Amino acid sequence: MDFLSILGNGVRGMFGPEAAIYAIAAIGLNVHFGYTGLLNFGQVAFMLVGAYGVAVSVATFGWSLWVGVLVGLGCAVVLALILGIPTLRLRGDYLAIATIAAGEILRYFYRSAYAEPLTGGVYGLRQFADPFFELNPFPPGRYGIGPIDFDSRSLWVMTVGWILVVLISLLVFLLVRSPWGRVLRAVREDELAARSLGKNVYSFKMQSLVLGGVIGAVGGALLAINVQSVQPDSYNPVTTFYLYAILILGGAGTIFGPIIGSIIFWFIVTFFDAFLRSAVGAGWFGDLIDGADVGAIRFVLVGLGLMLLMAFRPAGILGDPKELRLDVR
Amino acid sequence: MRKQPWRGFREAVLRVRLVLLVACAFLVLIFTPSASAQGESIKGTLRGPDGPVAGVTLTVSSSGGDEVGKATTAKDGTWEVAVPDAGAYDVTLDTKTLPKDLQLRNQGGETLADVAVAAGQNRTVIFPLVAAGTPQETPSPGATAGPAPPAEDGAGPSSFGRFLQLLVAGITFGVIIAITSIGLSLVFGTTGLINFAHGELVTIGAMVAYVFSTSPFTLPLAVATLIAIVVGALVGGAMEGGLWRPMRRRGAGLIQMFIMSIGLALVLRHIILVAFGSRRSQYSQYTIQSSLQWGPISITPRDLTVTIICIIVLLGVAYWLLRTRIGKATRAVSDNRDLAEASGINVDRVVMIVWLVGGGLAAFGGVMYGLTGAVYWDMGFNLLLLMFAGVILGGLGSAFGAVVGSLIVGIVAQVSTLWFPVELQFAWALLVLILVLLVRPQGILGRAQRAG
Repeated sequence: MDFLSILGNGVRGMFGPEAAIYAIAAIGLNVHFGYTGLLNFGQVAFMLVGAYGVAVSVATFGWSLWVGVLVGLGCAVVLALILGIPTLRLRGDYLAIATIAAGEILRYFYRSAYAEPLTGGVYGLRQFADPFFELNPFPPGRYGIGPIDFDSRSLWVMTVGWILVVLISLLVFLLVRSPWGRVLRAVREDELAARSLGKNVYSFKMQSLVLGGVIGAVGGALLAINVQSVQPDSYNPVTTFYLYAILILGGAGTIFGPIIGSIIFWFIVTFFDAFLRSAVGAGWFGDLIDGADVGAIRFVLVGLGLMLLMAFRPAGILGDPKELRLDVR
Repeated sequence: MRKQPWRGFREAVLRVRLVLLVACAFLVLIFTPSASAQGESIKGTLRGPDGPVAGVTLTVSSSGGDEVGKATTAKDGTWEVAVPDAGAYDVTLDTKTLPKDLQLRNQGGETLADVAVAAGQNRTVIFPLVAAGTPQETPSPGATAGPAPPAEDGAGPSSFGRFLQLLVAGITFGVIIAITSIGLSLVFGTTGLINFAHGELVTIGAMVAYVFSTSPFTLPLAVATLIAIVVGALVGGAMEGGLWRPMRRRGAGLIQMFIMSIGLALVLRHIILVAFGSRRSQYSQYTIQSSLQWGPISITPRDLTVTIICIIVLLGVAYWLLRTRIGKATRAVSDNRDLAEASGINVDRVVMIVWLVGGGLAAFGGVMYGLTGAVYWDMGFNLLLLMFAGVILGGLGSAFGAVVGSLIVGIVAQVSTLWFPVELQFAWALLVLILVLLVRPQGILGRAQRAG
């Protein structure tokens, strides 16, 4: 049981590429859920179109990676419009189920044999992000202090990822402070009141869905670039649940909520993974659980965390309980 | 957002146009890829009665007998061998690599001779597999409530016959979804909670019945099912008593509880995964049966029994809701909670009974679902979205709506395999959900004021 290396793992997780990527996607979700009150449970669909926009453009059509990123973002806009037309007029709980269903529909189609020439079907696509890593300014090797170190590839993705987190947060900050953002929060607080002031609620919801969706697609594109592969089945509804856990942990409706949430979430998850693995290795649990179960226990932990947070601190670490409405309108 | 009870003609036209727009967008998404196929190949997906079969070797040889290529099926059962030219090829399945519990349905079916591949075609061929011990040479379309075998071009009975066959399979699937979704709908109706952990009640039911019907207990499946129903009801009651009632007392918001139920679902599902592993199992009884045949329709006695029992249970639930005191009280609470409470109905007691009944029905439906397919750790979660689709299609909160909606979902899922690959069957069912929400957000039997 080497506590230093387990702790190192945890710290690596909290700053690693995944934490940055999930922070970006959670910022998008924050625009939906935190600021507009849209119960979007299909955020993973935006990540999926972002990721596949990159992968398909490069691996199937041979376009440049940067065009691919733009294609991914464009797909997110289209998806938001298609998704928003039928669902945004629905009450919150209907919206949740319709969006989660839309995410699953998209995943089924991307993995189907029909789409295989384009998306690679269940196998997905691989090795499409070389131009990104060619720009890597860090020479190969490992960087870090003691047990906390990253290889040059992760370091490059991390750098880009956290810069994007800062830029997108700044953008969202400016937007929600603007009159436009005030209307969004008015829609969240009381849709009827916003409407009686002459605001086109539907249109504002749609703009919010597009903005948050595009941010989610940025996260998805970076996720695909980071692992240099896309597979439809990694874009399942559980990813959205992760994002909700992150957002609620940090505090929905706050600028730093998704960032703090992602850092803490990934620290807990990777720390706990590493701890369990070495505990299983040291035979603490006997035959009760083995190494293969560690992944499952991670989900138990996330689920438990989600329940406890919602029961005792639904506003999260940074959120203002008075500002958070959690009832169906 | 409130919707007016009436709808103008213009708005109706607009809605239809929107439906068409969305449908077109999806069609574009689907059909563009198929144009860009290149190079001839022979491929397929090897499926047994309970899912894809991996690690089976297939050999493609030219008509002269020279081997062209070999492939081994992947984890999802898919395989593909590229062939040099258009022409006729022989495809042979190496029966020695088949898992021990599977065999080919047709005797001598290990070689498909003279498979014609047209220029540019990716020809799909099918090796029908059945559980070992099934009498061979019974050429039935073999549709079960689980994934049906994909369409085989130019083979099998007439397309109307196949439609009838799939319709029957769809009804079987639909009544199973209906049984499981009644609890979901009643819980929503009485408490407003969208219970994401409902799928886990289904899995728990199937698992409990599995545990008690295998060693060391080896009870008959009927007895094991009764135990499963009791356990399912108790788990449902425990959720209500231990979690949701205290949360309601504390004045928790509905979204708060909705997200909590997602957390609860994650916890339960992965505890089941740790406890039982990720393998798919089947009940030891009623697995090997030859089909009954009526004209184009064939159904195994097992699926027929499942369908009939489910319909009887549904009728029983309808009787309970319409004729008994507590059933009427349930509908009253569903209609208007405050009014029901004011007229002296003990709402907490009704809600508890709804959870007990809903949990028991979900567990029962889980056994039925496991019986027609397989028992595995996330079977309930796989069914959950279809249950939601059924519940919303019929109108949230209405038990009868849930039954109607579930039947539609089951039938759409099965009949879609007439034209589309089986892997997309759930996607069509969910797409119907979204299209119905567009036209009639309150669902087929729902009341207008609840919508939008």
